[in-house]
Amino acid sequence: MKTILTCTDGSSYAPSTYDHTAWAAKRLEASVHLIHMLDPHRERADIADFSGNLGPDTGEELLADLVNLEETKNRLAREKGKLLLTAAIRHLQEAGLSKVTSEQQHGELVEALTQLEENSDLVVMGKRGESAGFAKQHLGSNLERVIRASIRPVLVASRKFEPIERFLIAYDGGPSVEKAIRFAIEQPLLKGLECHMLRAGRIDEKAEYFLQEAAGKLRQAGYTVTTQAAPGDPEHVISEAVTQKRINLLVMGAYGHSRIRQLVVGSTTTAMVRTCHIPVLMFR
Amino acid sequence: MIFKDFSKEWFSNVPRDLVAGIVVALALIPEAIAFSIIAGVDPQVGLYASFCIAVVTAFMGGRPGMISAATGAMALLMITLVKEHGLQYLLAATLLTGVLQILAGWLRLGEALKFVSRSVMTGFVNALAILIFMAQLPEFKGAGWQMYVMVAGGLVIIYGLPRLTKAIPSPLICIVVLTVISVFSGMDLRTVGDMGQLPSTLPMFLLPQVPLNFETLAIILPYAIPLTVVGLLESLMTASIVDDLTDSDSNKNRECIGQGAANIVSGFFGGMAGCAMIGQTVINVKSGGRGRLSTAASGVFLLIMIVVLGGWVKIIPMAALVAVMIMVSIGTFSWASLKDLRIHPKTSSLVMITTVVVVVLTHNLAIGVAVGVLMSAVSFAHKAALLMRIGSELDADGEHRTYHVIGNLFFVSSGAFARAFNFREVLSRVTIDVTRAHFWDISSVAALDKVVLKFRRDGTEVNVVGLNEASATLVGRVALHDKPGASDNMPLH
Repeated sequence: MKTILTCTDGSSYAPSTYDHTAWAAKRLEASVHLIHMLDPHRERADIADFSGNLGPDTGEELLADLVNLEETKNRLAREKGKLLLTAAIRHLQEAGLSKVTSEQQHGELVEALTQLEENSDLVVMGKRGESAGFAKQHLGSNLERVIRASIRPVLVASRKFEPIERFLIAYDGGPSVEKAIRFAIEQPLLKGLECHMLRAGRIDEKAEYFLQEAAGKLRQAGYTVTTQAAPGDPEHVISEAVTQKRINLLVMGAYGHSRIRQLVVGSTTTAMVRTCHIPVLMFR
Repeated sequence: MIFKDFSKEWFSNVPRDLVAGIVVALALIPEAIAFSIIAGVDPQVGLYASFCIAVVTAFMGGRPGMISAATGAMALLMITLVKEHGLQYLLAATLLTGVLQILAGWLRLGEALKFVSRSVMTGFVNALAILIFMAQLPEFKGAGWQMYVMVAGGLVIIYGLPRLTKAIPSPLICIVVLTVISVFSGMDLRTVGDMGQLPSTLPMFLLPQVPLNFETLAIILPYAIPLTVVGLLESLMTASIVDDLTDSDSNKNRECIGQGAANIVSGFFGGMAGCAMIGQTVINVKSGGRGRLSTAASGVFLLIMIVVLGGWVKIIPMAALVAVMIMVSIGTFSWASLKDLRIHPKTSSLVMITTVVVVVLTHNLAIGVAVGVLMSAVSFAHKAALLMRIGSELDADGEHRTYHVIGNLFFVSSGAFARAFNFREVLSRVTIDVTRAHFWDISSVAALDKVVLKFRRDGTEVNVVGLNEASATLVGRVALHDKPGASDNMPLH
């Protein structure tokens, strides 16, 4: 049986994440495993004292203070997480799923994911996390890292779940999007939905040829496919097509550019997830 | 992976890291000056070193949030080198120290820290605190009562002010207040400006002016080796303190390489060798510094303040510096260790105290640590040797006795092992059951040999049973008793 791994953190995206999970689980006939991470964010400081002096055994005192502080905070976080998972299970059961398990782990999502992914076929998570609420255009800090590290397809849930009828494959000819096409052909998740393919950026004969070839494969698998090749900035072209064609799901390969470029300007992928207000299914 | 960690280690805690960097930089300035004075060089040598080391370790170190700069532990090791050969040789020794530290990192010697017991570490910090305190005493020599009053006043500010507000670093206020008093009272007090040259420009790249030959190496190597050892030791100790405080891991071997690179850069830019600082690092974590940015910021702010405020630094009275250094000494000393003397095992306390005494006598932390490590090893060997028991039972017929050996057999326990057998008893057969024993070295194998051969010479048949695999290989390679003609070889044994 297939398994969907759903990451939840209790943000405003959580209910929608569960709805997306339910949709995918029903189509894939999969069980769901919910994971809630208790990340203490040790890389950030909770207290700061600028007195700058050193008394007798300041180090020991500081350690005691930090332990006391985190003890209370993290106990609360654990209890909160438990409630969250109970609510999540109820949500999924009400949506008609029977096989739902849940788990809490300490640490960072990315690290836990590498071993959890082994036994799952799809990862679902919200576009924005709990801590990202204050900055509207800021993506969940975990999202980009998860997509980059994940070996499984990642379904990024949008704020609200809308019934999914049409999906758009942003075809760039890269190996990740080929993976997406193979997934569409082999897995039941997208079967029966209206398929649109879009090639953006520099268009030449070769690009057109590969686009048609990929579309052919999908048609063979029983999809009705429309193709379109549009020159221009991919980010812009894709988001326009999404609105025009009233697409409900964007399928794309993730992170094609070099790491250096991502670090400096961010990637098309990140931009796409940010600007399109629909769920995105990502392959790496 | 590298990029993922990069932004996490640098940019997860930006505002706090920057503020902590300022707090640390303010404390680094008096320390860098004071440690230069200990080493016998111009204050600018320590200040340039602190800038270079802080910035380089921020990028290359293995422990985000740790502060490295010019330190007392290192300064104490340079005194005679500077006195006898001058600054240029110190710079050369600094470069060599860096190279040796990188080598240590490549050889993964960071792991070797496990041989330094907690008692030795406590002895290290206590000795360091005592030496830093003692280094302040010459400042009082020949000074009038004003000096004592100023230092006492400074300490009152340092420890009193945080009771009123924790928003401003109290050592900074101490320095400002004492400087104002010293300038306006017209008291005859020595100032930082009297102690040597202060930097007025950014550090510049320079090769040390020493001849490149074996003579130079012979001069600097005896200094570079203890500098390497002490630098890495304090750095790795500090790293594990930060690991504990922040409940996160660090890369110890990367830290060794980072420290080495920092010292090489420092040596080329006219700075002295340095390492991680326990006190400053605690201040950094206390002030909310967690990421690499805090370390880099401390170095950059230090340089900005020195270059911009250079003229003002000169008029800081030595009394203010002494007060800050006494604070550092108090903060470095492990006061809990005094209480623990009563609770801890006597051997641990003895190791700690011996480490302190040796360091205070030699002014060399490396020697103290070496003695401490040796002592802990000997005391451990002694204790491990006690974990050996030999029991026996005689069969009903009185002809056969079985000895049961339990525990660790090695050079320390071999004597007790050999003495545990009763050779006066007249038996026809003896079984030595070593199922629950382990033979660690050739001393213990020789002891077993001796016992077996002794029984055999009395005409007693001996059976050794239950040699486990590890013991068996060692016994098989070394032992005589199971080889033909064993008895004849006995005299040579």
